[in-house]
Amino acid sequence: MSFGFDPRRDPRKILIWTLLALGGIVMIMPFAFMISTSLKGRGEVYDLRLVPLAPTLENYAYLFRETKFVRWFLNSFSIAAVSTISVLFFDSLAGYVLCKYRFKGRQIVFVAILSTLMIPTEMLVIPWYVMSKNMGWLDTYWGIMFPGMITGFGVFLMKQFFETVPDALIDAARIDGLSEFRIFWEVALPLVTPALSALAIFTFLGSWTAFLWPLIVTNSSSNYTVPVGLASFSGEFSTEWNMIMTGAAVATIPTLIVFILLQKYIIRGVILSGVKG
Amino acid sequence: MRAWYHARTVGQKQAVWAWIFLALPLFFFIAIRLFPTGYTTYVSLTDWNLLRPKNFIGAANYLRLWNDPVFWQVFWNTFKYLLIGMPISLVLSFLVAYYLDQMRFLQGTIRALYFIPFLTTAAAMAWVWRWFYQPVPIGIFNLILVDLGFSQQPFLRSTSQALGSILAPAIWAGLGFQVVIFLAGLRAIPETYYEAARIDGVGRWTILREITLPLLRPTILFLVVVSSIAFLRIFDKVYNMTVDGKGGPLNATRPLVLNIYQLAFTDYRMGYAAAQTMVLFLVLLAVTVIQLRALRTK
Repeated sequence: MSFGFDPRRDPRKILIWTLLALGGIVMIMPFAFMISTSLKGRGEVYDLRLVPLAPTLENYAYLFRETKFVRWFLNSFSIAAVSTISVLFFDSLAGYVLCKYRFKGRQIVFVAILSTLMIPTEMLVIPWYVMSKNMGWLDTYWGIMFPGMITGFGVFLMKQFFETVPDALIDAARIDGLSEFRIFWEVALPLVTPALSALAIFTFLGSWTAFLWPLIVTNSSSNYTVPVGLASFSGEFSTEWNMIMTGAAVATIPTLIVFILLQKYIIRGVILSGVKG
Repeated sequence: MRAWYHARTVGQKQAVWAWIFLALPLFFFIAIRLFPTGYTTYVSLTDWNLLRPKNFIGAANYLRLWNDPVFWQVFWNTFKYLLIGMPISLVLSFLVAYYLDQMRFLQGTIRALYFIPFLTTAAAMAWVWRWFYQPVPIGIFNLILVDLGFSQQPFLRSTSQALGSILAPAIWAGLGFQVVIFLAGLRAIPETYYEAARIDGVGRWTILREITLPLLRPTILFLVVVSSIAFLRIFDKVYNMTVDGKGGPLNATRPLVLNIYQLAFTDYRMGYAAAQTMVLFLVLLAVTVIQLRALRTK
């Protein structure tokens, strides 16, 4: 909506634009301070100027050498990658079946899966903990990731998107003699890639930033994910703010890079799943 | 087996494949989501502490929490996060989206600046903000206050300021998501509505009140629910911004989820913790049901 003003001549509009832009800059100031402080030596920490006088990578070197950040990083990355692949495969398969197959019990299965969306993680962590304890999953990768291998949200999202795939296409493939799995994999799935990419981004980010369950299920520091590791590390280094900011930067910079590279898809994905979900 | 399969009708074959494909997901949802829900409900009726066998004690945990001042403090804290955080974040994000929608110059870039905090790890950002709140000469907020001639503020160290100090980064982190959804909602309003209003000479304020806000109703309701649920479940920030993750000082910032975490995984009082998760579940359910009702009435 533009009200038909010429933005170059409307001072009110210039003022509002400036305020919005300033607000945007304020929004990213925490990142600027975090990164700037991570580049400062111990002597310069109390100096709050944004551009360090003598930038140094010494904090990063210390962090990578003396702490388990590299290990935590790899833990988080592998757990997020495996969960994302699993979610993409099983959520789209279940969404496809619920959308395109007609069979007795379909409605019940769909309602059952949908109802799991109402159950908050916090309510499930006690049984998950007991289950992990009994199965020997405490303090393992599998223990961290098993609750997120399939998601109700993803099944719901994919079911909505498979509605856009014409039934005629699937029937034609069936007449051509393609197996049921190949129809899903080769005919239907390639047509919903926007939904798949949105689901992939959210699942990966969700896993990367997850805190409560990894905090509960991990025990030895070599199994921590980045957020859990950061929390314990920062607790120990409680007054060395340049080290804490370096840890925070290591946890944050990958998501910033991913956002800059995939900005369009991420924002589209937020809108898609926000509006559909 | 093969002969049996080939003797089926198309519909029956489909049903066979449907169940084969659904077997694993269905097993997962039953074992990892539905069964544990029932299990938590059962545990909430026991005195289980992980060491000795569970004893069924009926509603005793619920009676206890009814009489537990810490529970009520935590419950009230949780609602403070919701009742202060949700309206502020919604109004702020609407203002940003409403005006940003009218701008063309660098619109995408400005939107991105607001959105970035939404993607970042809450635990990491909590520590950045915790640093901002430190006393002079470390924390930037106090340095600015002192520079401007005000006195230092205790922020996270004061029972009256700590909750607000944790809410600020929570609002900051969620704002961009709401801006993006509001912008999408604003763009979905057909331009012809505005043109018609302008031809009739209707003022800007009236357009906002009579056209934009009513048509945004579904978007607003969606965001009210999503952000309410997020504030009711606040945990990561409080854990990382308070000393030893205890939700202090003096429980002043401790929300329900942190209380549940402490009860279950520090004190191993599983039964009592489970009863509190049931309360959280019922509150979240109520919020969702109220929204569905509100959507249906129009």
